[in-house]
Amino acid sequence: MTGGSFRREQLTKKVALYFLLVTAALVFLIPYIWTVSSSLKPEQDIFSKDMSLLPSSFEWQNYVDAWTDWPLGTWLKTSIIVAVIETFSVVFTAVLAGYAFARLRFWGRDTLFLMYLGAMMIPIQVTIIPSFVIITRLNLVDTYMGIASIRLVQFFGVFLIRQFFMNLPAELEDAARIDGCNRIRILVQIFIPLSGPALTALSIFAFTAAWNDFLWPLVAVTRPEVYTVQIGLATMKGEVIRWGPMLAATALSALPVLIMYLALQRYFTQGITMTGLKG
Amino acid sequence: MRKTIAERELPAPRAAPVGILRGLRAYFRQEQARYGTLFVLPTLAFFLIFIVFPLGFSLYMSFLDWHPVRGDPEFVGIENYVELLGDKTFVKTVVNTLVLTFGVVAITVVGALALAMALNQGLRGTAVFRGVFYSPVVTSLIATGLVFLWLFDPQFGPINQLLKSFGITGPGWASSLKWALPTMILTFSWREIGYFVVVYLAGLQGIPVSLREAAAIDGAGSWGQFRHVTWPLLWPTTFFVLIMGVIRATQYSFGMIYVMTAGGPVDSTNVVVLYLYQQAFELFRMGYASAIAYVLFVIVFAISMIQYKFAGRLVDY
Repeated sequence: MTGGSFRREQLTKKVALYFLLVTAALVFLIPYIWTVSSSLKPEQDIFSKDMSLLPSSFEWQNYVDAWTDWPLGTWLKTSIIVAVIETFSVVFTAVLAGYAFARLRFWGRDTLFLMYLGAMMIPIQVTIIPSFVIITRLNLVDTYMGIASIRLVQFFGVFLIRQFFMNLPAELEDAARIDGCNRIRILVQIFIPLSGPALTALSIFAFTAAWNDFLWPLVAVTRPEVYTVQIGLATMKGEVIRWGPMLAATALSALPVLIMYLALQRYFTQGITMTGLKG
Repeated sequence: MRKTIAERELPAPRAAPVGILRGLRAYFRQEQARYGTLFVLPTLAFFLIFIVFPLGFSLYMSFLDWHPVRGDPEFVGIENYVELLGDKTFVKTVVNTLVLTFGVVAITVVGALALAMALNQGLRGTAVFRGVFYSPVVTSLIATGLVFLWLFDPQFGPINQLLKSFGITGPGWASSLKWALPTMILTFSWREIGYFVVVYLAGLQGIPVSLREAAAIDGAGSWGQFRHVTWPLLWPTTFFVLIMGVIRATQYSFGMIYVMTAGGPVDSTNVVVLYLYQQAFELFRMGYASAIAYVLFVIVFAISMIQYKFAGRLVDY
């Protein structure tokens, strides 16, 4: 093989690869672009035959309509409150249990950990009916706590934090033990400050899961005043769909997580690569 | 795993055999046992309330005829399970679930592997492309479903408009008996591919470049390298992708289908998890729905156990 033809082959390969990647990127991006551009179009433009990507004039009317004709603000408020409760609870419980499983010996530890792993594999649909019975008995239907209840702990989080803590050097802790620190101080002053990446990845995972959750809120909520944004969106699709406000509300609903994703991208995939493959 | 000083010196604590109270006191006098128990308590309480109790209770409920609006539950033995076998809609939802899962998994494995391999060539802009591919994964299935309902709108949607400009009359997509399920497959695959690109990329990065180079020196072309080096070494990753693909497609597709077609037209997109929801929370047949839940549980748990058994193989090639 001569140098020239080799180089030409490399170039062809590069062009083909970029062609594949750019085409795929368009397939993934166009639905977003189309949503935003349609949400800015006046109603007649959305239904016009020419499919110009750019609106003929930018109109915020759809956003105003979505905000005034539907209680979008209330939905967003519920979603934010529930997602914050869940995120705090998931991280708090995972740090405690993760530390216990990684660093302490106590009765039944390994059996319990195996059971937690098993719990990760149980589909939410299997436990949802009894969970509904529980929150009904506790009068938690239509409350933030009720919506958050079945996601206050994520066993995946316990697993992730345990893996992370197990990889921290033992000497850290031993020195603190000799100085007479108790476990809570060790956790707060040594382990947590070192766990920035793991805690960020877990927080993001919990927040995104809470924000995008649909099935459980659908079960746990009956009154429109406590709809989450996902439930609200689903109800906007009435008999006749008003696509303008609908797409505007959809864009708004996806925005918080997408912004978080753009800012903290590497943490989003860390959860998968940290634990997923090494199951 | 490294061990702490305390761990090396102490045997695993266990409750003393004589006297429960004395045993407990002796147990909690051990520092590690005390804190360990305290620290797992919140998760343990949750585990008992929202996992163990529901698992037992839904098994019990699956033997009841229970319609909360109508009155008290009545014990009917295995009648719910017998009814399930003869329920044509249930059988249809099982078939639909299988078709959906197969379609999505096939598309995502091929798509994700191709994209991951393209991203693994060290080209400029790789991080940006990866970021774009993954973005649907963080978008809710409700938002995805609504946007694709619009994109696939038979009359005004951009996809059929585009087809029309080529002189093709597009199908009715989500509203067509024949095309509704394929529409679900396409929409769900669009959302899922990015997840598996990340998984495959991690798998590919674990394969030493030297192996492919050695194959190249032995005269293997690009296809040969893929066929004889990359693909076999990637098998553990593919296995993980298959299992996760099945689990995600059976469980996560609920919201998307709920909002796009609600299972219609004529149950052509109805899947097991949606049928379970309809039986439990629309028809209030709690006992019957619990039987469906248990069938689903057994299937998914079996699949997960297979994964768990093989998980160890994923780490080392």
